[in-house]
Amino acid sequence: MSSELTVSLWRGSESGAYETYAVPARQSQTVLDVVTYVQRNLDPTLSYRFACRVGMCGSCAMMVNGRPRWTCRTHVSKVAKDGRLKIGPLENLPVIKDLATDMQPFFEKWQDAKGVFEPSLTRHDPIQEIRPDTPDRVAADAAVECINCGVCYSACDTVRWNPDYMGPAALNRAWSLVNDVRDAGQTERLQAIAGDGGCHSCHTHQSCQQLCPQSLNPTAAIAGLKRRTVQAYLKGEIKA
Amino acid sequence: MNVRLYLWQRLTAAAMVPLIAVHLAVIFYATRQDLTAADILARTRGSIAWALFYGIFVAAAAIHAGIGLRNILVEWSRLRARTAGIAAMAFAAVLAALGARAIAAVVLP
Repeated sequence: MSSELTVSLWRGSESGAYETYAVPARQSQTVLDVVTYVQRNLDPTLSYRFACRVGMCGSCAMMVNGRPRWTCRTHVSKVAKDGRLKIGPLENLPVIKDLATDMQPFFEKWQDAKGVFEPSLTRHDPIQEIRPDTPDRVAADAAVECINCGVCYSACDTVRWNPDYMGPAALNRAWSLVNDVRDAGQTERLQAIAGDGGCHSCHTHQSCQQLCPQSLNPTAAIAGLKRRTVQAYLKGEIKA
Repeated sequence: MNVRLYLWQRLTAAAMVPLIAVHLAVIFYATRQDLTAADILARTRGSIAWALFYGIFVAAAAIHAGIGLRNILVEWSRLRARTAGIAAMAFAAVLAALGARAIAAVVLP
């Protein structure tokens, strides 16, 4: 690797341009390290978002050389091409400034997909025992480790084409809850994801699965939701 | 796409798999056996079986293509879902009418 990286960063909001910076190359350097170097040493007006720096909080996702990545856990050596990095704000979301996007539409769709746990018991009931090896719990666990980073949403072609589409993260969350035997809001949830913009809009391109930093498989979750909603529709539990 | 349209598109796709196979076999048979138009019409005119076969085929194709076109319009044009649905339904009706006309031409005595 050369001793210097050529880094293009998006500057502006919805309209703007890429500006190029020279950043020293270091060993074990992450993309977030590069952005932080620019902000601390070259241009303090650069805006970007991060919090934990260890891949837990899901704040620091950006477009890196054309792909959405969690920048704190993405090594420069894995993604730089000839010492060049092009870093932009996440696609499919409004840009606030520079590398920071407005995540509001992303989280509103979690609400639209009924991504909130609806309890079936009160605090006065005994704690329900859930065996971890039951099929429902295994399916719920497989989808539960999402960190809300927005990488899948940004990678999704269907979101790009259909702004009403809820997207992989919201539907993956819904799948986790659909398999949660403690949840009491299943019919409403299936109804919410069975309309236009719901799970049936997915084209199974699998970009979400390929790029999810947690190695989750939202495509499989959405396929599961398609099956469950069809079953519920045929039984008359939900309407089209 | 909602669950009803999804279900109809999958059902019509499944229905068309064997129909397409038979349709292709018929084309190969007709060309390999050098059947003339008169030979073909002699077999199809008054045949309820061929009328049913291609009637179901045309209906399935019209429904399947209509739903697919609606989806393409929603994703690739600026039409709203409702307008895209109306446009796609009109397209499906044209497909069904053209198909029905073709069936009538070979099946009616």
